[in-house]
Amino acid sequence: MAIIAKDGYVDNVRDRVENFHGNQLVYVGWDDHLLFSAAWAFPLPPEMPFQGLVSEVMPGSFNDHPDFEKIDWTSVEWVLDGKSFLPDMDKSLKDNGVGHKSLIRFKTPGLMGVNGTRL
Amino acid sequence: MPAKKLNLRKRYELLTRGMGWETTYQKMDDVFPYDSFEGIKITDWDKWEDPFRLTMDSYWKFQAEKEKKLYAVIDSFAQNNGQTNLACASYLSAIKLFITGVTPLEYGAHRGFAHLGRHFRGDGARIACQMQAIDELRHAQTQVHTISHYNKHFSGLHDPFHQFDRVWYLSVPKSFIEDAMSSGPFEFITSISFAFEYVLTNLLFVPFMSGAAYNGDMATVTFGFSAQSDESRHMTLGLEIIKFMLEQHEDNLPIIQRWMDKHFWRAYRLLGLVAAMQDYMLTNSPMSWKEAWEVYFVENGGALFEDLSRYGLKMPKYHELATAEADHISHQIWSVFCSLGNATGFHTFLPTEEKMAWLSEKYPDTFDKYYRPRFEYWAEQKKAGTFEYQKGLPQLCQVCQIPMVFTEVQTDPMQISYRVTEHGGDKYHFCSDGCKDIFEHEPEKYVQAWLPVHQIYQGNCGGPTLPEVLDWYKFKPEDSGDYIGSKDYHRWQEWKGADKKVKQA
Amino acid sequence: MSDKKNTVFLILQDNEDARPIIEAVEQDNPDANIQYQPGMVRMEAAGRLLVNRVTVEENLGREWDVQELHLNLISLGGNIDEDEDKFEISWR
Repeated sequence: MAIIAKDGYVDNVRDRVENFHGNQLVYVGWDDHLLFSAAWAFPLPPEMPFQGLVSEVMPGSFNDHPDFEKIDWTSVEWVLDGKSFLPDMDKSLKDNGVGHKSLIRFKTPGLMGVNGTRL
Repeated sequence: MPAKKLNLRKRYELLTRGMGWETTYQKMDDVFPYDSFEGIKITDWDKWEDPFRLTMDSYWKFQAEKEKKLYAVIDSFAQNNGQTNLACASYLSAIKLFITGVTPLEYGAHRGFAHLGRHFRGDGARIACQMQAIDELRHAQTQVHTISHYNKHFSGLHDPFHQFDRVWYLSVPKSFIEDAMSSGPFEFITSISFAFEYVLTNLLFVPFMSGAAYNGDMATVTFGFSAQSDESRHMTLGLEIIKFMLEQHEDNLPIIQRWMDKHFWRAYRLLGLVAAMQDYMLTNSPMSWKEAWEVYFVENGGALFEDLSRYGLKMPKYHELATAEADHISHQIWSVFCSLGNATGFHTFLPTEEKMAWLSEKYPDTFDKYYRPRFEYWAEQKKAGTFEYQKGLPQLCQVCQIPMVFTEVQTDPMQISYRVTEHGGDKYHFCSDGCKDIFEHEPEKYVQAWLPVHQIYQGNCGGPTLPEVLDWYKFKPEDSGDYIGSKDYHRWQEWKGADKKVKQA
Repeated sequence: MSDKKNTVFLILQDNEDARPIIEAVEQDNPDANIQYQPGMVRMEAAGRLLVNRVTVEENLGREWDVQELHLNLISLGGNIDEDEDKFEISWR
């Protein structure tokens, strides 16, 4: 698109990864659990193993939900940036293809929220 | 018989024609450097006409009279402790959101119109914008004056302008007005005067202020309706400028249509906050968001666009989605506030049984099915003492900056609506196709967005912990959290208890 | 296009100053629908709504400047035509 601005725009990508002090932003959303109104945003080192995300990071925001402790992590269906994928738990986020501002969604088959309400 | 004074039209013409001139020492394009880069073609500014034909002397006369009336009400409200006549002190959450989220918009609009009042080449349009600049400043001031009375008695009203520039949910109105203010003058006026004021402002001021009356808040009703009396003039200006641009040159149509699509969606997203105010924050709601949307957008907005169709202008893009969302957005926005209520500058509270019955009645297709269960679940938790605010910072939409809470209402209302695009090697996330389109048309503008969640993680908001961030917002501990048990609540109970004793005596 | 005329509307504050205007609207626009809502009065009609200076003056018992309407105006919808004798809102 042609830029329509009197004097153009300054080049200021405010959320480029360099601004996050070695971290990258990762969003994580739990499908069919709308008690959490939106996906959560986390600043994480790209070298963090995927397992670290699952066991260290996600519980802090998700474990208030009664379904969380019932999750069978081997059956979780993961979607990374719109494509289903199978994370390697021991590899880093980066090596799993999780980039800056990637959105990870996960589905937990059999767990459909409080009383099956998708909440 | 005394000599008849000049008629309205003549007086208005004298005011607005001949106040400008063709400059000779400097080129006109240097004197008016802002009104051509957007591509809007104006061949004859003299065709501009303000239907209200308000001259400066009558403007001052009528505005002075409005002020006198307003301040008389404010004085008597204060003298008679009008705050004790509210339906409930929890209602003030709406006023807290208003003073922090809407009043700074008025001030932004003041600045924007002052700029236009200098930079439009046509003198008629300049005068209309100058009057509007003064109006908007008046609105900001009268709102501060009126609400300052509540600040003497209640929490959360102490630093609206400081908070507007910082708080996570206030970046929604801030980014809206700054998007308009950083556009060219024609886009600004299309955004504010037409998309916001003509198409949507009735939804903010009319049912909401009527709601204030319904909840015993005579102070707010008075400033609200006093502001709204100017608003009618602004709306008329908005309609006039659209018709003027469309009549001036056929090339203007696609530009205006795109602005219309963009600013309708921007303003509509902002009004999601108003939807929550109307349905949840008002103790008693005279009209639901959905009803207001039907009357003021579907019916009245529909009539407006039918009138404009003779110029080829179409209804704004995604208006059908906005109408479908009318069944959902107030519940979705209030849910996110309730779940993050330890980080809001106003009190949150779950809807009472009575309120939920009203919501079921007003939203028969959606409330019981999708939204009642979450409020009941939280209510049970509160009863059992296990309720906790959620721990985390939500993903935000790059354009409207609202947490990504909106869902696929047309296909699956329990599925969050995720949209994404790439630009310059980075990903950008959106709550809707409307916001995504806006980004994709001007990515250079929106990559600069100051997203509060990201700013916290970049270390620009006082510190990494919630108390540090809230302190940086100048939220005091008593400003946030549940209304029940708050300082406002206890004060209210004290007054009402005392009131009871007086009555018994 | 159908013959159906779109609704125009005028909303005034529900107060003493506005009462003679509201009554004038009722007199001059027999088909108008007048709704009393908290704090305000919404008047709507198909296609056209007229506020006539002479009628307001008769109700008020004094001279009335059409622009005094601004004092109690809350909102409106439609194209405006205002002169010293009338304030008219219409959709074509």
